[in-house]
Amino acid sequence: MKQGVSMASSEQTLAEVLDLASKHFKVSRDALVPEDDFFEKLGIDSLQALELLSRLENHFRVELPDYEMQGVSDFKTLAERIQERL
Amino acid sequence: MKAHEGKTLSWDVVDDVAELRLHRTPCNEIGTTTLEELEHFVAALQSATDDVHALIVSSALDAGFCAGADLRELYAGMQEATPEERLSGVRRFLERIHACMNALDAWPNPTIAAVHGVCFGGGLELALVCDVIVADRMARFCFPELRLGLIPGFGGIPRLKRDVGNAVVRDLLLTGRSLNATRAHAVGLVGQLVGEGAALRAARSMAQQMGKFDRATARAAKQFIKPIPHEALQHEIDVFCELLARPAVEEGLRKFVSSDAVQPYLP
Repeated sequence: MKQGVSMASSEQTLAEVLDLASKHFKVSRDALVPEDDFFEKLGIDSLQALELLSRLENHFRVELPDYEMQGVSDFKTLAERIQERL
Repeated sequence: MKAHEGKTLSWDVVDDVAELRLHRTPCNEIGTTTLEELEHFVAALQSATDDVHALIVSSALDAGFCAGADLRELYAGMQEATPEERLSGVRRFLERIHACMNALDAWPNPTIAAVHGVCFGGGLELALVCDVIVADRMARFCFPELRLGLIPGFGGIPRLKRDVGNAVVRDLLLTGRSLNATRAHAVGLVGQLVGEGAALRAARSMAQQMGKFDRATARAAKQFIKPIPHEALQHEIDVFCELLARPAVEEGLRKFVSSDAVQPYLP
């Protein structure tokens, strides 16, 4: 899986982030766009944000240091941070 | 050992294994009530050493194992006290919680922390007193104390140093970042990594396996392989109190308790 993930394009990474957020936080995939503020759109608090971080790390098999997530609130930037570590 | 239902934690015995469950919302923050109940639990556990063969510590809350010390209570207490009273009060609290942690650490029979979700600060320190940490894939481990101008105060650094390499200790402590369970398993902090929601079941299975061995042999093995770093633990209390006396810490605590940020845990 790591090999497949490492070859993912930015578009694929973003699509997987949106799919994962939709699935685990029970929000329609059609309702999510890259520029959305995921705290608002998913209705999550700080503890649930950590859950999202864990799910993303487990899915992409990367580590995303919390401090690199500071100030990140939209799906597009989140996917870019992940892409940098694939 | 009689089952007990407390305000912040409860315990009972299942198949000759003592089970301690934390259940103080929002995420088992450790304040004076938890400390008092933990002291009662430790006394009960020590008197049942020959009746139960293992201990499992877990959380009944979805949010996670434990988010650490109750910083709101700490800050409120500081507002009502003189600088001297603050220091003596905090030192008393630390000495009491260290006594509990040391007693759990030294309890002769095997101990297991079944961890899910957040395991931060004092929560990680509680998990570290246990012989083995069983974690589900969604668990996260963190020492965020430096963001407040403090170091972990419940025995965290000496016990983390006992279990993992110093490079991992520095990474965790000096960045304040959280490690996911997979990484924590890879560096040796977590003994067993299990699926989401499966930590308690796996811990119970582990406790039953541990109970198959001759008790005296298991106790001798534990005493041999798990030294308690008493000197470093005492030093930690002194360093914590020195740091707490600085105005920057009060300001850090004030910012934390008044924060409405969506990511207040971030350093």
